[in-house]
Amino acid sequence: MSYALSIQGLNKTYRNGFVALRGIDLHVREGDFFALLGPNGAGKSTTIGILSTLVTKTSGTVEVFGHDLDSHPLQLKRCLGIVPQEFNFNQFELVLNILVVQAGYYGIKRKEALARAEQLLRQLELWDKRHTQARLLSGGMKRRLMIARALMHQPRLLILDEPTAGVDIEMRRSMWEYLTRLNEQGTTIILTTHYLEEAEQLCRNIAIIDHGQIVENTSMRQLLAQLQVETLVLDLKQPVQTRLELDGYPSQQPDDCTLEVQVDKERGLTGLFSQLSGQGVEVVSLRNKSNRLEELFVSLVENGPQGEQG
Amino acid sequence: MSHELASNLTALYTIVHREARRFLRIWPQTLLPPAITMVLYFVIFGNLIGSRIGEMDGFSYMQYIVPGLIMMSVITNAYSNVVSSFFSAKFQRSIEELLVSPVSPHTILIGFVMGGVMRGLMVAVIVTLLSLFFTELTVHHLGITVFVITLTAVVFSLGGFINAVFARSFDDISIVPSFVLTPLTYLGGVFYSISLLGEFWQKLSLANPILHMVNAFRYGILGVSDIAPDTAIAFMLATAVALYAFSARLLISGRGMRQ
Repeated sequence: MSYALSIQGLNKTYRNGFVALRGIDLHVREGDFFALLGPNGAGKSTTIGILSTLVTKTSGTVEVFGHDLDSHPLQLKRCLGIVPQEFNFNQFELVLNILVVQAGYYGIKRKEALARAEQLLRQLELWDKRHTQARLLSGGMKRRLMIARALMHQPRLLILDEPTAGVDIEMRRSMWEYLTRLNEQGTTIILTTHYLEEAEQLCRNIAIIDHGQIVENTSMRQLLAQLQVETLVLDLKQPVQTRLELDGYPSQQPDDCTLEVQVDKERGLTGLFSQLSGQGVEVVSLRNKSNRLEELFVSLVENGPQGEQG
Repeated sequence: MSHELASNLTALYTIVHREARRFLRIWPQTLLPPAITMVLYFVIFGNLIGSRIGEMDGFSYMQYIVPGLIMMSVITNAYSNVVSSFFSAKFQRSIEELLVSPVSPHTILIGFVMGGVMRGLMVAVIVTLLSLFFTELTVHHLGITVFVITLTAVVFSLGGFINAVFARSFDDISIVPSFVLTPLTYLGGVFYSISLLGEFWQKLSLANPILHMVNAFRYGILGVSDIAPDTAIAFMLATAVALYAFSARLLISGRGMRQ
């Protein structure tokens, strides 16, 4: 099997003694859209920092498309495009120049770089801003500029560290569409995000990292299948003054027109609606109380390796 | 040409082009101030005070100080170009663009140094042209003149790079120019011949690297020097090699840039 990224036994201890990574093993297949999730300080950014060579590893091996980080760092870097969490471009530089200069660092001649920059800026709806200083762009535009910059050398593996943080929902959806198209064209993508619906919608495989250890590494479908109980919120047509008794469905009523019900996957919804109908309660709409992945994420992180901390 | 070499040459051109564009874009901060400062030196020290001093080593005082003043502006500008550019890149974290890319550390270092040398030499040309309004200037040895001024720009560009690597705030990049470079330059024979000093101070002055540079350059232009030019050039070459090795080591280890 061909891996875009292969990490084995990766450890990182910072100079101040903080242990950020504890023997991580991670394999991402070529062409995958992969989510790397975890709470703040879990080790996601350290892992990405090691891949980008901005953080030195303590031990372990890292390979990108078979290029070893220690023995072939330049070949590894050529395969890799990174969109970091924080803006790290020259704020006083013009948008177009940021891209052309970045291409130059990868040995791409100016003429070719200009053509690629135009294509990317048009795709990411930044072409009109090409002669604007980067500091004058909005937050969403800066995020898109970082994506364009990372794609200038046409990397085979793109790593996005919270690319949609602080971006409005419309722009976020347009970035999702762009990244999906990019992945369909063959670019392997690793995404870290705090928007779990983003990971659920985009990614096929997922790893959850907590306290420097991988606590789950599976396909998105298998992970979501682990969810036994979902909390559904039902909006009622008429106010209900009395407390509803629903056999086999633990519930609570935050207000007269809302009912929150815990539904076990084995029981399904049919029994619930039969009981509601029997009590003369009409339901107008139904939704999940929280994102399904979010519920799993919280339970995995809560039950993670915290107990092993010294 | 190997792909790796061709790629690094393109990267080098990119860095140098970006550096040149940076200091040309902000020319009122980079090119204009040295021109104004040097005109003031020419007027006050050369014309007003120099006319009362008379000749030094067989030349008018104005002619005597011109090489030193050119060197002074090269030293200051080559140093400040690299220290401010590299520290700004560190401060804004845009240096990460370079560190993440497959550009070799030597290419990065040479690129920044070439930026400093270009600014230093551009200021040297401006100051030289301005000096022609005040005195006649003939070049005694063109080869030595060009070699020494370029080598000086390289040495101080490397110095600026090392300062930028260690600097943690903008205050840190002004400490060395204020407390080291300026005193050494003023005591480096820009305005006087060390033959005017007592024996002890003459010997002490020889430890000042800027004295060697100023005298080697003065030899190139006027043909007079307090120090044998070949000794001065050998000293400068050794300094350049040592500073380059140290700078490259800092960059490869990622000091202040990698965690």
